[in-house]
Amino acid sequence: MSPCVTPKPLPPHDLPPLKQVGKPLRRVDALAKAVGSTVYAGDYAMPHMLHAKVFRSPIASGRIVRLDVAKARALAGVACVLTGADLPDAKLATDMPGQTGRAARTGSDAPVLATDVVRFHGEPIALVAAETLELAERALGLIDLQIEPTPGVFCPQKALEPDAPKVYGDDNVVARWHVEKGDVAKGMADADLVVENTFEMPFVEHAYLEPEAGVAWLDEGDVITIRVCTQVVEHFRTVAKALGLPQNKVRVIGTMVGGGFGSKEDVTVEIFLALLARATRRPVKLVYTREESFLASAKRHPFKITHRTGVRRTGRITAAEITMLADSGAYPYLSPYVLLYATAMATGPYRIDNVRIDSVAAATNQPFTSAFRGFGGPQAALAYESQMDEIAKALILDPLELRRINYLKTGETTATGQTIRSAAWSEECATRALAALGEKTPETSTRKIGRGFASTFQSYGRITWFHDTSRAWVGMEMDGTVVIRCGVPDIGAGQANSLCQIAAEVLGVPLERVSIYATDSALTPLAGTSTATRQLYMSGNAVLQAAGVVRASLVQKAAEMLGVEPGEVELENGEAVVRSPLSAATRPSALSSSLEEGDRTASASSGPSTKRIALSEVAAKAAAGGLPLAHLAQFNAPFTDGLDPETGQGDIWPDFTFGAQAVEVAVDVETGEVELLKSVACHDVGRAINPAAARGQIAGGSHQGLGYALMEEYVVKDGMTQTPTLAEYLIPTAVDFPDTQVILLESGTGVGPFGAKGIGEPALTPAAPAVANAVADALGVRVFSLPLTREKVLAAADAGKNVKRPDPNW
Amino acid sequence: MTEKKITLRVNGRTHELSVAANASLLETLRALGHVDVKSGCDKGDCGACTVLLDGKAVPSCLVLAAQADGATITTVSGLGTAEHPHPIQEAFADAGAIQCGFCTPGLILSTKALLDANPDPTEAEIREAISGNLCRCTGYAQIVEAVRLAAERLASEGVARPGAILPGEVARADQPIRRGGEMP
Repeated sequence: MSPCVTPKPLPPHDLPPLKQVGKPLRRVDALAKAVGSTVYAGDYAMPHMLHAKVFRSPIASGRIVRLDVAKARALAGVACVLTGADLPDAKLATDMPGQTGRAARTGSDAPVLATDVVRFHGEPIALVAAETLELAERALGLIDLQIEPTPGVFCPQKALEPDAPKVYGDDNVVARWHVEKGDVAKGMADADLVVENTFEMPFVEHAYLEPEAGVAWLDEGDVITIRVCTQVVEHFRTVAKALGLPQNKVRVIGTMVGGGFGSKEDVTVEIFLALLARATRRPVKLVYTREESFLASAKRHPFKITHRTGVRRTGRITAAEITMLADSGAYPYLSPYVLLYATAMATGPYRIDNVRIDSVAAATNQPFTSAFRGFGGPQAALAYESQMDEIAKALILDPLELRRINYLKTGETTATGQTIRSAAWSEECATRALAALGEKTPETSTRKIGRGFASTFQSYGRITWFHDTSRAWVGMEMDGTVVIRCGVPDIGAGQANSLCQIAAEVLGVPLERVSIYATDSALTPLAGTSTATRQLYMSGNAVLQAAGVVRASLVQKAAEMLGVEPGEVELENGEAVVRSPLSAATRPSALSSSLEEGDRTASASSGPSTKRIALSEVAAKAAAGGLPLAHLAQFNAPFTDGLDPETGQGDIWPDFTFGAQAVEVAVDVETGEVELLKSVACHDVGRAINPAAARGQIAGGSHQGLGYALMEEYVVKDGMTQTPTLAEYLIPTAVDFPDTQVILLESGTGVGPFGAKGIGEPALTPAAPAVANAVADALGVRVFSLPLTREKVLAAADAGKNVKRPDPNW
Repeated sequence: MTEKKITLRVNGRTHELSVAANASLLETLRALGHVDVKSGCDKGDCGACTVLLDGKAVPSCLVLAAQADGATITTVSGLGTAEHPHPIQEAFADAGAIQCGFCTPGLILSTKALLDANPDPTEAEIREAISGNLCRCTGYAQIVEAVRLAAERLASEGVARPGAILPGEVARADQPIRRGGEMP
């Protein structure tokens, strides 16, 4: 790789100055968490509360011969034992088709409790509720289960063979996607070289610090009320459907979530809590142990991805043919959509005119797989960015130069034909990340130094044919403080804080004067899921709209009170002030739409001391005058139809975030040890609502991605978990990796509020391929599977000793 | 299970308890209502349940309540409150070191133990001191920054910082109380 990289100058872009947005303010939730007053789901208790446990399958594939819970039921202090026989129709919808009313796929529902067949190690079979946790645990031991092992399938490739045992349904195909763009045969014929490689990735565990937890009870109106840590309060509908209840008889109150990363997107404890609370008519609490959290929750999909890429001698890619195989595990959950993400982003941030992609997700008797930060994007990126370096190597071309030739630009289209409408600053990000690596560390004969980088893109916002919406209510109180009501679950990324900073900006108050009530499916307007990097985009826009209406009332009343035109009024620091013509010219356009535009040439000669008035006074007068000081807004994402069924062409997402990460590693060729020396991530976040929080997202996402690259593998042997605790499943500690230096770029071109793009998921995506490329750079040969363990690296290093550099004269 | 009578002094309050011989300090503290002590693994792997036991940071899941008989224990809410936060707590909030917050109580207490023993730690010493506390959100960069910020603030403000509440001073009532329920 070229030793010296100059950052590409940024194109002209417009970032209006703002007062609250764009400041690294202390997050509104931070201090309560620091002093221990934030109450998490597992911290709650109710009067007369029972404690629950789940009885789970000890094997991965079997037939239940006998399930006798009589002894458990008879134990003094046990209030209730439920089995599948008690709830014959209770199915858990694992396909969430959004708000289109489209029917879920056949076979996509999981039984809430297995009745005859078990399909994975840890599948729930029975529920117990008892007076104490100890009694509930003892009752588990009294359940008599006879289970006959049946032949299982533990490999997605084998699952697709005709004689493979069927996990469910007629075959083991959970989903297929096919994308066809241009003419691949012609593109391959035009190529000077075709490069083909296959990449593999393992199961990965989310390993949030907070195991799944909740408490449920019946309220005085017999509404099943579930207080739970979740990314999706809308699961009140899923629970209602499974229980056969009207949707307005189930309520989910979300708590601050102690990490989600996608795995609290699926229903976890809430369905069991609802069943037990209904059966006992008493409050019930269920908290998973760490081991149970690992067994019961989704994993990141293992993928096997093959790229066959045609490329001209000049570096221009002419065609890409890609196949993908994903392990869906024992139930579908979000596999079809994870597979879609991987498929539609399979070609990376590159313009490739001739593309064919075929992907399939197969059912196995392995842990079920579902959403995990990046949602298929990181697996796709490991493959396409490793492949780019392999192509560069074959062409003897600088990896950055190869990418420069092929980077997707604004106005060009993705593999599915979706046009990129926002800034596509791939080169701007990659050159900055590379430049920031600085001087290369000297190497020794046994300690090879390698550098690698990855350019990636990742969608934000949900699939547009899900017809996504979010709602937020914003109001001003009589003392000039602000209240937001929004059903947003805060999973730690600062979702709630962002909304507060946006409202503070629009209404001209300090952040401390904004309060938010969030995450109650009954009392806060539904904001949709905290998934898909969508909350800042969706709920941020809803808050922007709602606050804009309140602002208009305040400005109108303040103008009357100050004796000026509304266009001359600015709201800042809790006051309405008459602004100077200069500031009028620079005010953010995002705020203008909701305002009455006044005469900007009106005199603003009066001094600031005579032309300002507290918002509390304005609010009181506006209320007395009948002006609305509260507003409920709904933001709708763009709605599209699905993809063309023949070609897979069409729009899928509202927009994309572009970024890059560059790393330097030292590889010990005698031990296979990889030491990460430097890491720099650069992303165009559109506009950082809170730069400290945005940095935190990138630094944390990078760390998860580095763990994915170098440490993490959830090992499953014949369907049985081999890494049951945090002692076997290792995640990065403070001493494993250096900090990732974060470079924020702000193009201001995103579809979020003030031009923001989403960063939650994109932050993780480039880390692993950057490391894989750096290790390949150090060794001269590649390890084609994650994680890059010592064994694999050592084997590659040994093999690499005999590898010649490619012939430049092919 | 045999029960054992013990005395714990938690955040300045003395509790006289009867605990099962195999009860962990973690479950005992949480049963007393100290739910600011988090349970992440119950195996000593994650550090979320860290408390100060006679000033030393320990994972409370690996300590039997009976072993802690007579000890002074500080949880994160014993360090400071929202009205009077400890400088370490403020530094964590200001440095952006808190995302989901579940690991935060343990990290803050590991930091307290570190800075009590070593008021001006190097980055390596900071990392070592918090290496038993897993964080899945932040990547540790802003946590290390927070510890450094806390060290600077403590050094410049001195021990007798006005308005600050020192460990053990939060709850002023000192009469023994019986085992309470969980937080409503």
